[in-house]
Amino acid sequence: MNNKGVDKSKRQFLTSALTVVGAVGSGYLAVPFLAQMQPSVKAMAAGAPVEVDISKMEVGQLIRVAWRGKPVWVLNRTPEVLATLKTLDSELRDPLSNESEQPASSKNLGRSLKPEIFVAVGLCTHLGCSPTFRPEVAPIDLGEKWKGGFFCPCHGSWFDLAGRVYSGVPAPTNLEIPPYRYVNDTRIIIGEASEEKAA
Amino acid sequence: MKPTRLTECGNWVLERFPVTKFWNDHMAHYYAPKNFNFWYFFGSLALLVLVNQIITGILLTMNYKPDAKLAFDSVEYIMRDVPWGWLVRYMHSTGASAFFIVIYLHMFRALIYGSFKHPRELIWIFGMLLFVALMAEAFMGYLLPWGQMSFWGAQVIISLFSAIPVIGDDLSLWIRGDYVIADATLNRFFAFHVIAVPLVLVMLVFMHLVALHEVGSNNPDGIEIKASKDPWGHPVDGIPFHPYYTVKDLVGVGVFLLFFATVIFYMPEMGGYFLEHANFIPADPMKTPEHIAPVWYFTPFYSILRAIPDKFAGVIAMGGSIVVLFLMPWLDRCPVKSIRYRGGIFKKALFLFVISFLALGYLGTQPVTPLATTMARLFTTIYFGFFLLMPIYTRWEKTKPLPKRLTRTHSLEEQLHALEEQLPALIEEITELKAVDTEIGHLAFKSTFFSRRPNPQGMAHVISRLVKKLKGSLD
Amino acid sequence: MKNLIALILLLTLSFGVVASEAIELQEADIDLSDNESLQRGAQHFVTYCLGCHSAKHMRYLRFALDAEVDQKKVLKDIAPEGASIYDQLRSAMNKHDAEKWFGVQPPDLSLIARSRGADWLYSYLKSYYLDASRPFGVNNLVYEDTAMPNPLWQLQGEQHSEIRKTIYGEYTKLVLEETGTLSEKEFDIFVNDLVNFLVYVGEPVQLERERIGKYVIIFLLMFLVIAYLLKKEYWQDVD
Repeated sequence: MNNKGVDKSKRQFLTSALTVVGAVGSGYLAVPFLAQMQPSVKAMAAGAPVEVDISKMEVGQLIRVAWRGKPVWVLNRTPEVLATLKTLDSELRDPLSNESEQPASSKNLGRSLKPEIFVAVGLCTHLGCSPTFRPEVAPIDLGEKWKGGFFCPCHGSWFDLAGRVYSGVPAPTNLEIPPYRYVNDTRIIIGEASEEKAA
Repeated sequence: MKPTRLTECGNWVLERFPVTKFWNDHMAHYYAPKNFNFWYFFGSLALLVLVNQIITGILLTMNYKPDAKLAFDSVEYIMRDVPWGWLVRYMHSTGASAFFIVIYLHMFRALIYGSFKHPRELIWIFGMLLFVALMAEAFMGYLLPWGQMSFWGAQVIISLFSAIPVIGDDLSLWIRGDYVIADATLNRFFAFHVIAVPLVLVMLVFMHLVALHEVGSNNPDGIEIKASKDPWGHPVDGIPFHPYYTVKDLVGVGVFLLFFATVIFYMPEMGGYFLEHANFIPADPMKTPEHIAPVWYFTPFYSILRAIPDKFAGVIAMGGSIVVLFLMPWLDRCPVKSIRYRGGIFKKALFLFVISFLALGYLGTQPVTPLATTMARLFTTIYFGFFLLMPIYTRWEKTKPLPKRLTRTHSLEEQLHALEEQLPALIEEITELKAVDTEIGHLAFKSTFFSRRPNPQGMAHVISRLVKKLKGSLD
Repeated sequence: MKNLIALILLLTLSFGVVASEAIELQEADIDLSDNESLQRGAQHFVTYCLGCHSAKHMRYLRFALDAEVDQKKVLKDIAPEGASIYDQLRSAMNKHDAEKWFGVQPPDLSLIARSRGADWLYSYLKSYYLDASRPFGVNNLVYEDTAMPNPLWQLQGEQHSEIRKTIYGEYTKLVLEETGTLSEKEFDIFVNDLVNFLVYVGEPVQLERERIGKYVIIFLLMFLVIAYLLKKEYWQDVD
């Protein structure tokens, strides 16, 4: 052993260089390792747009379809419901949907492309439970103030029939509206954005 | 100087947890002989491959389905639909073969330098247990892709247990959990492959290293460096493992990874040896592939099994071929460790053993023919002869005198350099200039070129010189 | 001693050659970077194979991305009517019918090129000949008594087999009896495109893998050089 005339700076430089190269290499290796936990093509295939036939829907009926594995509601609203929606603003947290998620084309009173047909992701914006559909007005368990809407059983959040959240409940924003468009009058595709401007 | 917050934090941990002590005991103040050569890379490489297998294995379990109906498709799902799944899978499948290459070379190192001898018998025993655990791990892992080879390979190997008298049939039934290889077998093999055996492997690696660091490493000269120490109590011929062997092993890692990456990215099937062609067909319990062969790393032992014409005796021979390895420290009676100072008879025996091991490996990949069986029997005899006659021939070995201190030999770089200098002369010898007539199109362009052609005579010279050198080194 | 070793080596190596006695395969010209060929192959596959065989691990989307074809074009020109871009290449034939008609279920072809090899597939598809003793009236030189009738007979025409004698021994030659809608050369290209596509389907990531491999190897060489310099620097201390 003899480490007298050693060039310390050269050692330091080479050590640093190898450390850097090794770190870069490990970094690049980590990318595929982490990326392989991303959704696979199979998951993406399950997230493909879904076509829904609404021709057989009765007035007041709600159907559930799966899009990206989430429940998506399609609701055919009655004229009475549409009339009620206009009267609720004072009780809501975000009546104009300024802080909520929806395509620009659905940022309107009924939060929909066509007033009657309401499409929304059926997951509470609080912690992701699926609210129950309660269209009746003033039932015994929900009390006098209930005008028909969606009630989340997990933590008691209230939404109206346009998915707008009431104030004073845990959920922070209105229900999410997915991108969707009309193929024709009786068929809609959920997952593809509509090119129409806000009505 | 006032200690910073960070060092205070560090000290708080160090007072309670002996990181520094551990680092010093096993790296910075662990003295290893200074003359490690090429053969000493494979221990650390084996550790690297183990880490690779564990990490990629964990990632694979995230998408693999241990269900006979889903397993095959889930592997293809990983190969195609999972982002980067193909890379993870190829790293794991190539890693399996790499593991055996590295381990076989590591074991060969122990044979030539006598690393299994006193006082390192226990290191060898732990190492052999590791080898057996690794074979179990590889065998059970190979069933998981649920291809034809997976299925029928497992079928054959598990049937081996049925050769055991009295309990055999019940035993193999118990292992399978069904009357044939089935969903139950796959599911339990998955459990063993993913949890049970890896735990055993990691534990054994730990014991292997603890035992090694207790007695210290052997070296190519096969003498104990602890015999001569400096005034501070460090071996004169020892150097601290860190930094000297950490930087050296990094070079080994670099070279290894180059080969490893080349296989992964350019030849992941390795011509059907790492991933067998028939394993791309889903397992079919109704139809055996025309030619079934185990993966290459099992073929030497498989050949021994096939060479014996009796079912039970074949199983005993195959098991015995591994058991004799455990006995190495007691079979070898020669007091000298390293092949450098051992007698010609051991060198010749070892040479024959290596030839027969390779030949058995090759034969195991080939279909059975009468000639192949005869050859396999011959090589099986040599294989066992090497071990069982060892107590006799090693006793009469004419060994050379041992040096007191480690000797200096040419390093790999120096050898490569010397080879480079000899190369032009060598090319000159094996080729000759010859006049060649060429015709291009019309006769008018007829011209004569001189070009280098192989010279059979020169080649014969070179080969005979090599053979003489080889023969000389075996004396 | 030396002679014995030489003899052993010679014997070990030689019988491997003897053992592999089989029909000589014709070579397929595989080029996975030839997107045109892959597209034609995909079309051929969907037209002539998908009726009975699936390639259930392959998605139209993946093909569109890898072969650089527009997704709409894949749906229009290649995929059957009504398929989604995320769909896998699945056959519509049901298992029960298949077993009734062919005695076996037609295998999935996702990995056929990896288990059989390109040359085998290429030769197989070209080696049908008339044989009245078989249920479908045809047999195959490469895969004797195959359960599959010749799906391409209208394109290729019909061949019969003849035994030819040479000084080396006998061999079987297939002679075109009746020409099909394609000339011999066109048919070769047709089959080659199909096999090219199957090789792609066997491992869609192949080109990508080789492309990435280059960078990995360059990187590792860099690592190796620095590691070597560092080792040399430190080992000056050790004589």
